[in-house]
Amino acid sequence: MSLWKIAWRSIQQRTLASSLTAVSMALGVMLVVAVLVAGNIVHDSFSIGNRLGYNIVVGAKGGRLDLLLNSVYYLSRPIENIPWEYYKEFLPASAHKDGKAGKYSGYVLEDDPNEKARGLAIPICLGDFLGDEKESFRVVGTPPEMFTKLMKSKFSSGEVFKSSDFATAVVGAEVASHLHLKVGGDIAPMHGGIGGEVHMPFKITGILERTGTPSDRAAFVNIEGFFLIPDHARGHVEEVHVPGQPEEKEEMLKTPLPEDQREVTAILILTASLGGDPAKGIDPNPPEAVAPELVKTVNKENVAQAIQPVQEINVLMGYLVQPLELIMDALAVMVVIVAGIGILVSIYNSMSERRHEIAVMRALGARRNTVMLIVLFESILLAMGGGLAGWFAGHLLIGLAGPFVTSSTGIAVGFLQFAPGFELILIPGLIVLASLVGFLPALAAYRTDVGKALTATP
Amino acid sequence: MLQLKNVKKSFEEPGGGTLPILDIPQLEVAVGEQVVLVGRSGCGKTTLLHIIAGIIRPDEGSVTIDNIDIARLPEAARDRLRADKLGYVFQTFNLLPGFSALENVLLGMAFASRHVDTARATHLLERVGLSHRLTHRPSMMSVGEQQRVAVARALANKPELLLADEPTANVDARHQKQIIDLIRETCREEKVALLLVTHTADVMAQFDRVENLEQINRAVNGPPVSGSPSAS
Repeated sequence: MSLWKIAWRSIQQRTLASSLTAVSMALGVMLVVAVLVAGNIVHDSFSIGNRLGYNIVVGAKGGRLDLLLNSVYYLSRPIENIPWEYYKEFLPASAHKDGKAGKYSGYVLEDDPNEKARGLAIPICLGDFLGDEKESFRVVGTPPEMFTKLMKSKFSSGEVFKSSDFATAVVGAEVASHLHLKVGGDIAPMHGGIGGEVHMPFKITGILERTGTPSDRAAFVNIEGFFLIPDHARGHVEEVHVPGQPEEKEEMLKTPLPEDQREVTAILILTASLGGDPAKGIDPNPPEAVAPELVKTVNKENVAQAIQPVQEINVLMGYLVQPLELIMDALAVMVVIVAGIGILVSIYNSMSERRHEIAVMRALGARRNTVMLIVLFESILLAMGGGLAGWFAGHLLIGLAGPFVTSSTGIAVGFLQFAPGFELILIPGLIVLASLVGFLPALAAYRTDVGKALTATP
Repeated sequence: MLQLKNVKKSFEEPGGGTLPILDIPQLEVAVGEQVVLVGRSGCGKTTLLHIIAGIIRPDEGSVTIDNIDIARLPEAARDRLRADKLGYVFQTFNLLPGFSALENVLLGMAFASRHVDTARATHLLERVGLSHRLTHRPSMMSVGEQQRVAVARALANKPELLLADEPTANVDARHQKQIIDLIRETCREEKVALLLVTHTADVMAQFDRVENLEQINRAVNGPPVSGSPSAS
């Protein structure tokens, strides 16, 4: 008969007390698993730097974090716009009537003969919303290249809109799911927020696959159509969707807004790969190496500011997410410690009634170390049993909450969503914890006076 | 097999000072011999068994089992010797309530040098007439059955000496003889020496050798009782 079995029998002997102790440990670990996985979800939902497809965001002067939140996460409201002319400074000579390349085009090289070295500058316009009282989604005006070249998007149905079809749109997976949108249907953006003026409808040409990025929670309309919406252009105030004038509306939707009336909220830039010599087998500098120089150049001037989203995301994580994670981790550790103390109290309280049993085992030849080990094993079994049950319950909880989390954050969450850092140390951690809390009662077992305990009434 | 020489033991009294309990110049039990030890309550019988079992140390003297002076051994070695060479039947049986009859016997083997032998444990329980009670817990068994499990447990490790501390004190008169007969027969079969403590005259009468602790214990612990000890 192994010492583990003896310890297990001792647990069975006090079924109620043991069960309650294990349940308290299970609740603690369940809470820890849930909290840490939730922390990971928060972390993942912000850690999208590598999945963006661009490495610089240029927007109006102001807070760097503001620019990140409104242009990357579609969260806060943009304060100012930047002129279309400024956007064109990132474009090559072919985009300019005078045949002169924009002053920053050398960092982007949209027409570089080497396709792999090419960068890209994509304008986005914000300001409108879509949704209902329960949930609202950002409407983003952008050209189709946003999907074909920058994000290289995949569509769960339909395809990207054509640049010549002004009143068309694609929608993110969560938007489509929440508002029951389908390809061929319409969306009508609301100005400034839910309940604002309803603009002209845009026909949906495609629904994006779920990516776990803010794109899931946005609707993207053709930027040319976006410009034609009243109040979206400098000096352009005519109403496009005036009832009773369909011909005029049709005509207007084929006429792009003049460039001098255009503004954009931000420019998403993937910098070019510069330098290198293919003939000599020298690779060009990657876009990440080029980005800092462009950021520096843009920020020297007063028109706009440039940020590197990955860096700003790290700042955001440092300010917001990491302290939150730290608090969650601390709470989780405290919960497990409290549960561990529960085991200590439970076993220690049982020691007075078990002193006689321990003395009997000693009289049968068990050494002091042996009875000490039996009590430690009991503590470990309680912690492990409760801990594993809690681990399972925690994941069950996450699995049950998965659909809600997925719809809220766009991150796919299921039963097998792990918090790897914690879960890898769960078993050894519980053994260490159980050994620590089991030590005191184990010491009491070690010190049991066999002679006295045997002669005492059992 | 068992030799005690000049064994002395005293306990500290709550108010200070010491209370002599045992002072035994000599006591021997031969291999396979069956001895009954009698004496009134408080004369040190249980203390003597605890000293022989190595549970407590004597203050002086030697307690030799198989030529090993258990009194001089460190505690861990005494534990091992107790597990390997001694069996112990308690007055209150001391079966562990969470364990079945079979597991209680196996528990006796768990702390010894030999491997845990389920076949022998089963055989011993069959020998004491409990083949139908292997999986029953003590609470599901009668007092007599519990004591029989205790006997099987004490013999589990093929001990050389069985110490029985008033094994029939909690058993009715009808079962007393059965228990004593069982202990004596199994000890004979297993060639185990027996030192049995009792108060009961009927039990004493079954043994060829009766040692009165009050006569062999020189410790001053109340006036000695003259004549044959009586049940008390």
